[in-house]
Amino acid sequence: MKAKLLQSIAAAALAFGAGAALADEDAELVINGEIEIVTKTDAPAHMDGMSTIMSGWRFRDSTTQMMEMDDFDNPAMLAVEDAREKWSTPVGSEDKSCADCHGEPEDMAGVKPVYPKWNEDAGEVRTMQMQMNDCRENRMGAEPWKYDAADALAMEALLSSVSRGMPVDVAIDGPGQSTWEQGKELYYARTGQLDLSCASCHEENYGNMIRADHLSQGQINGFPTYRLKNTKLNGVHSRFKGCVRDTRAETYSPGSPEFVALEMYVASRGNGLSVEGPAVRN
Amino acid sequence: MASGVKPRVKSPSSASAGEVVTIKTLISHPMESGQRKDSDGNTIPRSIINRFTCELNDNMIIDVTLEPAISTNPYFEFEAKVDASGEFKFTWYDDDGSVYEEAKAIEVA
Repeated sequence: MKAKLLQSIAAAALAFGAGAALADEDAELVINGEIEIVTKTDAPAHMDGMSTIMSGWRFRDSTTQMMEMDDFDNPAMLAVEDAREKWSTPVGSEDKSCADCHGEPEDMAGVKPVYPKWNEDAGEVRTMQMQMNDCRENRMGAEPWKYDAADALAMEALLSSVSRGMPVDVAIDGPGQSTWEQGKELYYARTGQLDLSCASCHEENYGNMIRADHLSQGQINGFPTYRLKNTKLNGVHSRFKGCVRDTRAETYSPGSPEFVALEMYVASRGNGLSVEGPAVRN
Repeated sequence: MASGVKPRVKSPSSASAGEVVTIKTLISHPMESGQRKDSDGNTIPRSIINRFTCELNDNMIIDVTLEPAISTNPYFEFEAKVDASGEFKFTWYDDDGSVYEEAKAIEVA
């Protein structure tokens, strides 16, 4: 607590002293000097309300932006490193590792951009974490990971990191369409005592201040995201939960069908942006 | 005893004589401040990295005293002037007495 207070005093002092590091909406993101990330592009055709979509990276101040430009500076890469070890460590009654079926993590490039997606065998839309747990339970004979807990997020971050730079491409038609429509409905439904929908902030007011912070478009191409405020990886569903809570509504749980649908819809709003996760945000 | 502690260093492997190079270091460590209490109300004992040093060819480049207010996974970025080939020696001192070391060679062309 004391540390937090000191930090904010230091931040305030900086803000008054140096004119602060303001959000740089025109900066371009290149990671490790080689992975070019699309952080601003035309909105996908299914979005009526907006013409340009922007990654949350563009709404952060330059010091936070810089942390994502080099993997050594990106604290999320510590979790990615751990996940890489887990990837090749056999677990469960079948004594299998991820690597036994899937090869190197790099072989999974291209997986993250299309999730959440329809799973024909299961007859449902699945997020990456659901699919990972399916592997753990049915192929490895291991305990499923708790939704949005550290283990699951680290693995999701690893799989995201190998797809960085690839365009998000979530299918909105086909058998998953009804789930997508449910997600869209949730996005525009006002909830809570404050009577806010996702769109109230992230579509109608992005770029404006919400207390001391810039509202982003609520894009999730950078998830799982390392947040400076809690110094760990944060999952999409946990973020949703935080937002819904802030409208003073009863929230859904991470991993619930409602949040899966919402994740699918919100992910599709970022179709065209690059996969950026694990990103760094404040 | 802190677990999962792992030092990391990013430094250039070559430089020209007299060049000032940038060195980045990070050690994964919980940096438990000693100010927090667990769910039973007991104080969680302090466990931090309390000192970090970097030497080049036995010359001290930086010697840092770390305090409990420093966050998890302390990261340092600093510069050093390199006159001759040699080895950077990095040392982190833990409250529990552990010492973590890392070395990186640099060649002056």
